[in-house]
Amino acid sequence: MMIGIPAKKENLTSYRACIGCGEAIALGHILKAVGENTIIVGATGCAEVFSTPYPKTAWKVPYIHVAFENAAAVASGIEAALKKLNRKVNVVAIAGDGGTFDIGLQALSGAVERGHDFCYICLENGAYMNTGIQRSGATPKYATTTTTPTGNLKWKKPMPLIIAAHQNVYVATANIAYSEDLITKIKKGLEFKGPAYIQIFCPCVPGWGYPFNKTMEIAKLAVESRVNVLYEIEDSIVTINQSPPNPRPVKEYLKTQGRFKHLNENEIKEVQEHINSEFKKLKILEENKIKI
Amino acid sequence: MKKIQECSKAVAEAVKLCRPKVIAAYPITPQTHIVEALADLVGNKELDAEYINVESEHSALSACVGAQATGIRTFTATCSQGLALMHEILFVASGLRLPIVMAVANRALSAPISIWNDHSDSIAARDSGWIQLYVESSQEAFDTIIQAYKIAEKCLLPVMVCLDGYILSHLYEPIDNLTQQEVNKFLPEYNPKIKLDPKNPMTIGAIADPNYYMEFKKEQHDAMLNSIKVIEQVNDGFKKEFKRSYGNGLIETYNIKAKKLFVAMGSVCGTIKELVDRNKEYGLIKIKCFRPFPEEELKKIIKNKELIVVDKDISFGNEGALAIEIKTISGDVKGVIAGLGGRDITIDGLKKIAEKGGWLL
Repeated sequence: MMIGIPAKKENLTSYRACIGCGEAIALGHILKAVGENTIIVGATGCAEVFSTPYPKTAWKVPYIHVAFENAAAVASGIEAALKKLNRKVNVVAIAGDGGTFDIGLQALSGAVERGHDFCYICLENGAYMNTGIQRSGATPKYATTTTTPTGNLKWKKPMPLIIAAHQNVYVATANIAYSEDLITKIKKGLEFKGPAYIQIFCPCVPGWGYPFNKTMEIAKLAVESRVNVLYEIEDSIVTINQSPPNPRPVKEYLKTQGRFKHLNENEIKEVQEHINSEFKKLKILEENKIKI
Repeated sequence: MKKIQECSKAVAEAVKLCRPKVIAAYPITPQTHIVEALADLVGNKELDAEYINVESEHSALSACVGAQATGIRTFTATCSQGLALMHEILFVASGLRLPIVMAVANRALSAPISIWNDHSDSIAARDSGWIQLYVESSQEAFDTIIQAYKIAEKCLLPVMVCLDGYILSHLYEPIDNLTQQEVNKFLPEYNPKIKLDPKNPMTIGAIADPNYYMEFKKEQHDAMLNSIKVIEQVNDGFKKEFKRSYGNGLIETYNIKAKKLFVAMGSVCGTIKELVDRNKEYGLIKIKCFRPFPEEELKKIIKNKELIVVDKDISFGNEGALAIEIKTISGDVKGVIAGLGGRDITIDGLKKIAEKGGWLL
């Protein structure tokens, strides 16, 4: 049996993601940004499962999967080994929001605090999609999942701010529909001497309940309605990159997806108010150059 | 030349001589003196390695997996709750066939919390696909670390070197050191074929469906069985080079002519040897290698013997782990549970329990 599957023509396969998968689109952008001189650590999750069906692999760059919660710790070891080997190679960890916001938070926090030179990318689709759409710490309030059938009761964890609070880390949010911005941020994260955290907004067809040809439209709508604000945190200072001057009402975004179809007017209003206040918070941080 | 040294310090010295490039460790009593000594060696540049102060044992082994997969030697050490927290990644390390070496300063498991010695921690990791070597003395701990790297890298299997917490880890005794040159000759550079390298990219840790999974496990099992020969060879090679050996590397015997033989692992073997010296009615089989289990080697010497198996662990609802194993190859076995949570095992206690077996309370 092959412990390591060489990235040779006969072993390469296309990935087996769902049609319209947001994560798969994100991976395409990521690989464009990182180039060949890269080692990828994949946490357990959809992207790992759909890209490495033994004895084939979809990865042309070195790739390792170890477990669910430890992508950042594995990346720490790789980065330390490369240092000793005197080799300059990009180390990129890729995990979903379950592997980042929840079970992987400790390992991520440890790796960022220790200051390893690596780029951690969170593919955020707001639930444990690989196991069948269960709630995570990134699930939006009121969204239904298989473990919150009547709607999630909590706002999602502010991960980019939590990571930024570690200091000496490059943090950015990105979106698959804004590829240029996304690729620029990953390149910036790799250039940054130290840890980088990039959270990419990735719609999920079965998890969110929308037609498969609407992935990019919904991703874009998330930015236009400020559900997904694109910003960077450099030297602990926030810069908002994409900010529609006249945002679209969140209702337009919510109505595109099955997971929000049960929301009443009051709940929609509450979500809108939350979005407004979260945006205001970021704006205050940005305008006053408040260090996180 | 012999030097009086703490066992933990000797373990760190042995690790240094094996030239790991990455050490990732999280402190837990009584493993701490090993990782502190290594931090000193890295700090004063005697050892050229990256030392990662990870935030948990889970991450310690995860970092070792990442580093080892990048093509370098690694080391970590832990015990008890720490080994339990690593449990998930133990299986990944062995499944990915990464020859990681780890020292386990054996300690009891909670609850009740106990920082003292027994073998519950490493016995609970019995089926994780790691070679398990139990040592009796500081010298054996030192020598076994060096042998462990050689065994691991020949077999592509990770190795746990299990030394009794406090009883050994904090013990000062005279230890014969080796020079860097001597160890370099015994243990050449680590140069694995399978590694994460952009010049020769490969995928490690792919998902195996039911058509493939079993073959991976069979290969792993075969590698474990084949490692028996390798462990013997490495023990022989070490003996040739350095004039020291531990039985055949798998088991060691003491007054094997006796009718009544104790079977045990780790530092308690020293106590049993003292008992044997006083009473030749008894002998000892010291199991150095618990995994893989040296079944054939044992079968040759246990015929017509009364066996008293001393376990520092208990499989609740059954017996000690070693007794359960020995019972599969011999009918005349008394199981003794002793030394849990650091309870002293005395010569008198052993004598008393030898006749009937049971718990040495």
